[in-house]
This record gives sequence, C-alpha cells and structure tokens, in this order.
Amino acid sequence: MTAVRQAHRSAEEIGRTPAGPRPLPPLGATREVPLPDVAERTLPSGLRVLVAHRPGVPLAELRLRVPFAGPSATADPVHAATAELLAETLLTGTPTRDRVGIDDALAAVGGDLGVNVDPERLQLGGSALVEGLPVVLGVLGEVLTAATHPDAEVARERDRLVERIAVARAQPDTIAREALQRRRFGDHPLALETPAAEAVAGVPAEDVRALQAAALVPGGSTLVVVGDVDPAAVLAEVEASLGGWTADGTARELTAPPAPRAEDLLLVHRPGSVQSQLRLSAPALRREDPRYAAFQLANLVFGGYFSSRWMENIREDKGYTYGAHSGIERIPGGALLGVETDVASDVTAAALLETRYELGRLGAVPPTVAEVDAARRYAVGSLLISLDSHGGLATMIGSLAAEGLDLDWLREHPARLEAVTVEQVADVALEFFAPTAFTGVVVGDADVMGAGVRALGGVVGP
Amino acid sequence: MPVTASPLTVDLHRTRLANGLRVLLVPDPATPVVGVAVHVDVGFRSEPEGRTGFAHLFEHLMFQGSESLGKLAHFRHVQGSGGLFNGSTHQDYTDYFQVLPAAAFERALFLEADRLRAPKLTEENLRNQVDVVKEEIRLNVLNRPYGGFPWILLPPVLYDTFPNAHNGYGDFSELEQASLDDAAAFFDTYYAPANAQLTVLGPIDVDAALALVEKHFGDIPARPVPPPRSFGEPPPAGERRRAVPDAHAPLPALAVGYRLPDPAADLDGYLGHALLGSVLGDGEAARLQRRLVHADGLVTDVSAGAGLMGPLDARDPDTFTITAVHPASVDADRVLAAVDDELDRLAADGPSAEELARLVARWSSGLHRQNDRVMWRMLGLGARELLYGRAEITAELPERLTAVTPHRVRTAAAALRSGGRAVLRVEPTTREQA
Repeated sequence: MTAVRQAHRSAEEIGRTPAGPRPLPPLGATREVPLPDVAERTLPSGLRVLVAHRPGVPLAELRLRVPFAGPSATADPVHAATAELLAETLLTGTPTRDRVGIDDALAAVGGDLGVNVDPERLQLGGSALVEGLPVVLGVLGEVLTAATHPDAEVARERDRLVERIAVARAQPDTIAREALQRRRFGDHPLALETPAAEAVAGVPAEDVRALQAAALVPGGSTLVVVGDVDPAAVLAEVEASLGGWTADGTARELTAPPAPRAEDLLLVHRPGSVQSQLRLSAPALRREDPRYAAFQLANLVFGGYFSSRWMENIREDKGYTYGAHSGIERIPGGALLGVETDVASDVTAAALLETRYELGRLGAVPPTVAEVDAARRYAVGSLLISLDSHGGLATMIGSLAAEGLDLDWLREHPARLEAVTVEQVADVALEFFAPTAFTGVVVGDADVMGAGVRALGGVVGP
Repeated sequence: MPVTASPLTVDLHRTRLANGLRVLLVPDPATPVVGVAVHVDVGFRSEPEGRTGFAHLFEHLMFQGSESLGKLAHFRHVQGSGGLFNGSTHQDYTDYFQVLPAAAFERALFLEADRLRAPKLTEENLRNQVDVVKEEIRLNVLNRPYGGFPWILLPPVLYDTFPNAHNGYGDFSELEQASLDDAAAFFDTYYAPANAQLTVLGPIDVDAALALVEKHFGDIPARPVPPPRSFGEPPPAGERRRAVPDAHAPLPALAVGYRLPDPAADLDGYLGHALLGSVLGDGEAARLQRRLVHADGLVTDVSAGAGLMGPLDARDPDTFTITAVHPASVDADRVLAAVDDELDRLAADGPSAEELARLVARWSSGLHRQNDRVMWRMLGLGARELLYGRAEITAELPERLTAVTPHRVRTAAAALRSGGRAVLRVEPTTREQA
C-alpha cells in the first residue's frame, strides 16, 4: 500500500486477548407474539376481503389478487402479451382522470399503486398514509370498473414494453429463469412469464380493453388490507368503493401443470458469460401437507439459509459463489423445490459436482439433531421477523389465502415445527432431495464450461 | 388537499463507553424483535490507493470468526437463534447488523463485541473471501447489463481525487494483492471502539440494556482513532463527458451527475435537492416522466435523486444523479437537452406548492414504511448518528421536508444548471451471437 502506515499489531495478535475465548450467552425468554384477528367479508360480487389491524406506523397496505390465467391450456403468446399491456396501462386513464390525474390523487395521500401480472394472477399492491386509504380504494374501484386503456397510452406502453423486455432478456437471471420454466413446464402457460416482443407489438388497444372486461373480475379475487386501521370501517369503505365492481362468472384459475419429471440438465449457451447459472428443480410439498414442516427443515439444512450445508460448502469453503439458495415455490396443484446459484465459468463443473454431492448427502448422511434444531429456531424466528411490518403481514395473509389457508395455519406452525423429529426430516430428505429427482438448466458460456459439465453426466445440450 | 406529514416518534438514549464506543439505545416496546448494529467510521473512500475494494473485502473478513467464534460460528449462532444478519460497505461507513427474536438480545451483543475486540484474520479466510467477493462482482457488475451503473461508472467522471473517483468494489488485481498484513493494519487503524457506533433497537429496558452493552463491549481496549479526514474537492467546472462500452446492454443508458450541498452544513439545501429529485422523477406525474417518457417518447425509463447510494447516506461530497435508459435511435444529446429544458423551467418557476406537498406526502409514507421494519429504522438511525451526529434527523425528516419551500427547489434546479456536471453514456457493443 502506498499510504504511510502506523505501527500496528499483527493479525495473530489482533485475534487473541489476555482473557481468552468467552462463552456464548444463553437465549432469554421467548416472547409470544399474538397475530391479529382478521375481519372477513365476501361482497355480493364474490370479492373476498380480509382486513387486519396492526398497530404501528400510520400506514395501510393493500394487496389485490385476481386469478388471471388465459383460456388456453397451453402457453398463449397473445394472452401473455395482452395481460402484460393491461397491467402497464391499467393506471393510465378513466373517464374522469388521465395518467397524471390518477398519480396526483394517489400522491396527495402518500399513496402508491402498482400492477404486475404473471401466468397465474394479476396483483395490485398499494399503500397510503392511513387517513388516505379511502382515496386509494376509490382510485382502485375506479380503475377496476372503468379503466379506459386510452389508445395513445397503449401505443406508448407497447413501445416501452418492447424495450423493457429487451433489457430484461439481457439479464442472466431472466435468461436462466426462462430456460428453467421451459424445461420444467414445456408448453404449459407457466413456461411463459415474459411475453415475446413481437407478440406485444401486435396487441391492439381494443384487445386490452376486452381482456379487462372478460378477466379482471371480482369473483374468486381476494383483497387484503393491513395497517393501523379499524377493520369494520375498512370493510365499509371497501364495500363503498369496490361494491360497483361486478361481473358474471369468476376469475380464471390456472390449471395444474404435469409434475416436472426428473431428467438431464439442459446446457444453454450464453456466449461471453463470465458466470454460469445453475438452476435445479424437483417436486416439493405444499403448506397443507402434513410433512411440510419436515420438508421446510430439510430444505433449510440443505440450502435454505446461509448456515446450510450447500452454502457453507460452495461459498465458505470453496469460494465458488457469492450466494447459493434453495427454496419452495408454490405452483397450481403442487409445489417445487428450486436450487439456484451463480458461479464463475471455470468452476461450473466443480460447483455442479458439489451440488449433487450435497443433495445426495442430505439423504445418505441425514441432518443431525443440532442441524435440525438450528433450522427449527431459524424457521420460527424468521417468520416472526417477516411479519414485523404492515407489508410483511399483508403479503403473508394474501399468500396463505391463495392456498386456501389463514392465519390459524401460521399460529399453529411453530408447534408443528417443534414436533418434527430428525427421523421425519431424514425421510423427507431421502425422498425429495435425491440428485436423481431433479431437472434443470445450466446457463453460461458452453465454450468455457461445456466440456467439464458434460463429463459429469446427466447433462444434455450444445 | 394533500395529507400533511405526521412526525415519527423515536425515543433516543445515547451514551459513550470509557473506551470511546458510542452507544445509541432505542426502546420500542411494541416489537417482538431486537436489532443490533455496529456502524464503523470507515468506508470505501478511506481505502488506500492500490487497494481498491479493500474496505468491502474487510467487511467480509469480519464474518470469518473471532477469538471466541470459529469460522462459520457467527452465521450459525445468529440464524440458529432465529435471526438474520448482514453487513454493507458505503462511501463513509461500514455497517454490521443482526435482527433477532428479543430472546437473543444478549447473544447478539456478544457476537458483535467479539469481532470488534478480536477478529480472527487468517490467510486461508482472506483467500476464500477474495474468491467470494470476485463472484459478487461478477454477479452484480461483470456478467450483467448496466453493471455498476451509475454508482461505479459515474464517480470517475465527476470527481478527480482517488477517494471520490475510484471503484469501491475494487479491481480484481488489487483484491488479489490484498495481504493479511493489510487487513491487520486496516483493523487497527479504523476499527478502534471510539471509531464505531453501536445501535440497539427493540423491546429493551434502557438501564438493563446499557449494563449488557458495558458487559460485552466495555473491556475492548481504547485505541487512537484516525483524525477526521475531509474528502472535499472543488466542484467540476463545466461539463465532463465519458462513454463506456457494455457488451451485455441492449439499449444505451445515460447518467448525469451533479454535486450536492453538504448535508452537515446545509441540510435544508440538501433536502431541496432531494425533493427536486422527486419533482423530476417520482411517479407518473413527475416532470421527467411526463416530458421524456410520455410527451417526447425519448426514454424507456428515467429516475432522479440525491445520494450515490441513497439520500443522507454519505458526508460531503455526494452526488445528485439523473439516469435514463433510451432506444439507440434517440441521440443522448436530445435526452440531455430535454432534461436541461425541464431544469430551466423549474429554475425559472419552481414547482407549485400543491405539487411539492404531494411529493412530501409520498416521502412521508415512504419514511414510515421504512421505519415500520426494525432493521431499516435501526440502520437509518445508526447511519445518521455516525455520519452527522444526529439520529434525530430520521424523526425530523417528515417535518423538515414539509418545510421545504418551492423556492428552495427552484434554487436547487438553478444550482444544477449553473454548476459543472458529469455525463456518462453506456454504449451497447455488438457481440457475436451464437
């Protein structure tokens, strides 16, 4: 170093003190956290409304989920493109307000609304200072019943969407996700998360308006509101603002895809890539399954948190990656395990080998009592932390509702986690984490890493 | 009428241990979780020439064990107690934090104290973390479009001196040259207790918590702290331009960087710039959204704001940025001309009082949302206490923003138009396609 340096201790001197190592303090008493009651009403339109009071900051958070599958049982490029454009232009016009007028009304109460859509559902998320909640609900009601998707706005958003899709498709994570979805779901609608630019370019405004009339409907949809609010008053406000949102029929749920079958990993060539994306997947269990808690703990021990076998191996021991994560993803009719990491091109084969080794080891050398206990405490604690905000609680209530569950499931979950035995974790590990149970993709520069990866076997592609 | 901002309430208790460690205790009986953070007064601006990226690399080393804790013990103890952890390196500070169920409060203090007292710095862990940091840089910069845009790419255009201009993630060759002795020198120089700030937030009793803090941190010996250092440099005269190629980017991008007022000396002037960022870029009604995205159709997306790594996150000098991604068919100078035109309008007429009030309401709810989570509230309080000696800024922000006048925003726009600036262009390069 060029800077003038003061005298300093050596690394070894820094690492020890006269007193020596000290004992870890024990954990104190656990505080029980009461979850709020949820007030519920289903409006005559079929919209289900869930409201929870949570004291704290003077905000309200809302989440509206509308099942939004297309009519086709196979991936439909036109539906995907139209749905995406609908999401982009939903907040750009009503008979009484334009894009700027809508945003001004929201901003005046510190409010926000955002729309996103995927093959399964359309979601509107929003928030506001608590006294402004009626204003946000009013805007919400207005766009749900009377969004006009003006021709000029659709034309402009179409151009922007084409540009944004180009940017998204340049992201290695998007490229890998698209390859994985095709590998897992073939021509099922789930495979098509980002519409093709050409499909977007061909969508006329009248088709966007027609899709709203046909598909953006209250029956089967769920609205969640959480905040420092009076639930009874919020239910009345929702009824006043969204009571006029009615339609025949119910929102279309996505059909369950066939369970992905175990098969070779597909090698996808991305020239010039300096890292490779490993994306592996296998069947998992849903929350309502009696073995879900055991599955959750097995996943944590494998790769579900930093102190997992896989992360400690390929990051903290080998230095192959910055991050490695495995998680449970819910899909219609089931759930899947995702095993994901990005590694330098020249260690791709080595990282895949270690990944398969750790998957196999979870069954062959099952999690110990200490490993299961640590995962158990993490599962309970991280749940507590994730619920420690209005937004966290709103998202959780919405996600449970989408699975037909409620906060009672969450109240009982710590006890379920406590009851899991190491034998149950071992059984789940053996059944679900076997390397032969997986499919997936390896994306990267095949000229650099292809030969090494192929030599391991179980890999197809260029 | 826009809703008026309501104040945040925070109960702050500050003290200083005999070894110089600053302590900020923030009781909040409503939450079941506790947060513990250590902010150290060193960031990537302080790292020596020839060692770019060292402050961040050193942050990684602080997770690699200490006198009482083996290599993987920190992660395991935090998560095995039900908590989460992280650390991050900024221009002027490095933070280390944990959020856990309140039952693990003393354990969290123990874990932070042990590494502030006696981290175990070893050659093996250093080499391992150089590899991990290189993967972090590949992930976030080298293997993606717009990597390091604008936080790595813009400063070398706007600034002349090494501390302000260099890449805080570091060059691979310099990371590889980092030695164990560099790490020892860095720790002894910058990680003295009197150069750090401990923040605790949660359902604590102030006196009991302070006793535990004293128990775990009190016997860390005092060491001298480096004298305060200014990173000030003269603002640029005129416009500086640079273009960088990007093999992954499908569309060109543009970043414009300006200097900000010193938040320690002129907080209201700084907040005038922060609100100017909102007037320009926050929401569909913002000036640059309306003009560049919709009226003229020049750009795909645009944003504007104060602070290279966020508002009130650094000492002087810091950067006001405007960024845009635009189609290749649009010349960057047309984008720049439209930006200048909008700034000129604001410099002449200012925003309307209603327009400003709406944006303040949005800031206010954004601040409340941040402060709802123990982690963000703690990190905001700790950073402001360390940087400006005033955690109170967090609580005062809604009211101070409400007090910002249209005239002040007008003045900020005029300052951007009259001062020098940096213009960075990211240019897609054609690449062989498979």
